[in-house]
Amino acid sequence: MHLKYESQLREPLVYGDKTYAQVTEDIVRPIEAKPTRLWYVGFYIAVALLMFGVYSVYREVTYGIGQWNLNKTVGWGWDITNFVWWVGIGHAGTLISAILLLFRQGWRTGVNRAAEAMTIFAVMCAGQFPIFHMGRVWMAFFVMPYPNTRGPLWVNFNSPLLWDVFAISTYFTVSLLFWYSGLIPDFATVRDRAFTKLRKRLYGIASFGWTGSTKHWQRHESLSLVLAGLSTPLVLSVHTIVSFDFATSVIPGWHTTIFPPYFVAGAIFSGFAMVQTLMIIVRKVFQMEDYVTIGHIEAMNKVIVLTGSIVGIAYLTELFMGWYSQNKYEGYTFWYSRAYLFSPYGWSYWGMMACNVLSPQIFWFRKMRRNIFVTFFMSIIVNIGMWFERFVIIVTSLYRDYLPSSWSVYYSPTIWEIGFYAGTFGLFFTCFFLFAKYFPVIAIAEIKYVLKTTGEGYKDKMGAIEEQKLEAFVHDHAHAH
Amino acid sequence: MAKKKFVVGCFDDEAVLFPAVKKVRTAGYKIHDVYTPFAVHGLDHAMGLRETSLHTAGFIYGITGTTTAISCISWIFTKDWPLNIGGKPHFALPAWIPIMFELTVLFAAVGMVLTFCYLCQLAPFVKKHHFHARATDDLFVMAIECTDSTNVDDLRAFLSNNGAVETDFQVAEDGWWIGRYDKDEMPFENKQIVAA
Repeated sequence: MHLKYESQLREPLVYGDKTYAQVTEDIVRPIEAKPTRLWYVGFYIAVALLMFGVYSVYREVTYGIGQWNLNKTVGWGWDITNFVWWVGIGHAGTLISAILLLFRQGWRTGVNRAAEAMTIFAVMCAGQFPIFHMGRVWMAFFVMPYPNTRGPLWVNFNSPLLWDVFAISTYFTVSLLFWYSGLIPDFATVRDRAFTKLRKRLYGIASFGWTGSTKHWQRHESLSLVLAGLSTPLVLSVHTIVSFDFATSVIPGWHTTIFPPYFVAGAIFSGFAMVQTLMIIVRKVFQMEDYVTIGHIEAMNKVIVLTGSIVGIAYLTELFMGWYSQNKYEGYTFWYSRAYLFSPYGWSYWGMMACNVLSPQIFWFRKMRRNIFVTFFMSIIVNIGMWFERFVIIVTSLYRDYLPSSWSVYYSPTIWEIGFYAGTFGLFFTCFFLFAKYFPVIAIAEIKYVLKTTGEGYKDKMGAIEEQKLEAFVHDHAHAH
Repeated sequence: MAKKKFVVGCFDDEAVLFPAVKKVRTAGYKIHDVYTPFAVHGLDHAMGLRETSLHTAGFIYGITGTTTAISCISWIFTKDWPLNIGGKPHFALPAWIPIMFELTVLFAAVGMVLTFCYLCQLAPFVKKHHFHARATDDLFVMAIECTDSTNVDDLRAFLSNNGAVETDFQVAEDGWWIGRYDKDEMPFENKQIVAA
């Protein structure tokens, strides 16, 4: 038997003196209980938003893109802003589930399931925007490369917009597989303690007949590790490719090599903020404070302050290059359209700076990182800031580019553009509420795996090991194998 | 489908399970399987299971994806319909790297998950024999296959002495799976175990 030991200096990841059975009980209880009133209220608000979104999209499909205020030269507005924003949010889930798995970060186990769910729902929301932006959405399948009947014409494989099609659909598929393969054992746990026939049957189907065989676990471990290894470069590639949508063009403010790392950092930044928003609610509503601890929240806040600062450096670098390149168009875009407070869109640039760069610096203080209210408030602020960032990049570059004669009038969205965005919130939260009610929101098997090294009750007992003399330690453990 | 007889021992602590696995194997019994609520590291070695080669399959799927992408795109853009894009070369390898990468990941991930499900006989609506309902909750359930010479009572006593909190005798039937009936799916290495 392996020696299970972890330094007491590390905070426990699971509070309370729990047994395996209690872990199951705590996490599965909300699934077996009737939903609370609060759940219904939240769920119906989400569905109402979704309905408004469906109506907005219905108008767009019926009457065309003219329902939106997009104009020349602002051909991308709220739609692509929202697309990039949602894709970015998805990134934290993959980062937590894949990159932190490779780095052997134990704290991922408390939040990875919900974060991966968030990834999948966020990518679903993101996908709506480019699809409906096509206008004739019934021809959306034209983006797929297949030997077709429209003459022997293929999609352009050299175009970043097509790379996006491949990147986003691969990202969605792989995230879904990763998430579901992790869910199978936990569904089996729910199935085996179900006391109603219907629940036993449904979770029986969902768990694919999982038994917990050692050989299956061995393969499962191998599968998760390789999927994590594949997802890590994948998640970096996805936002890199999204940034190529801009960076490979010749629009001032877009045509920069800094975009890929800057977009990836921004994506992780906004994604972690969304994880915080969701987890703070989930841990409170389902009483999971023992599993999603203040330590988890602090760890995520550290990621937020790091990535927020990386994004801040990127903003300053862009400004510097706007001046240093001595390119008139770049200089105009950065120093007038964006950074000049009294230019038409100056408010959005400074909103972005305040939300993304200045306010997260509060997390250098431990007290603030461990404060739930500050964290919750900041998580919202960061997501507003990251929405501004995409809006700034897209709109301020487009509304005034090279020819003053083609400068556009002031772009602001119609109610149907806003409605579409609100609708994706509805979609996201409808999915998330259903997930929170019917799925194990914390990875049960993974918590059990780390329980005896990082559970509070077990850690207390490790104090004895720390005080042991070396000879006594060797004597106790050398014969273990 | 053949019916097989099993003696089942349940353990509530992996620290007790490990020595028990070793003792059961040294005593010459054949462990059919151990069902655990989570991945117990080292248990596969203790049981003498061989390493999985799922990751190798993943690699093969991955390079299949890369090859598919490069061969399709290069055929389309150089042979089938060479598009003149600003006079740039038809064979534009650097521009194809993103799609080649994405297809590599896609093929590897999808292929591995399907292979995983096939090997572990996992699919919706599949019914399997579960030796103990708490095997997915908090018990480590060891199933030992009985041969003609197995004395069930002795074996149950042996398991209890080695820390099993519960023992049982069960008759189980193999489930159906694509293309195979009654095949023993546990690939054990034929290695003699030496007592520590």
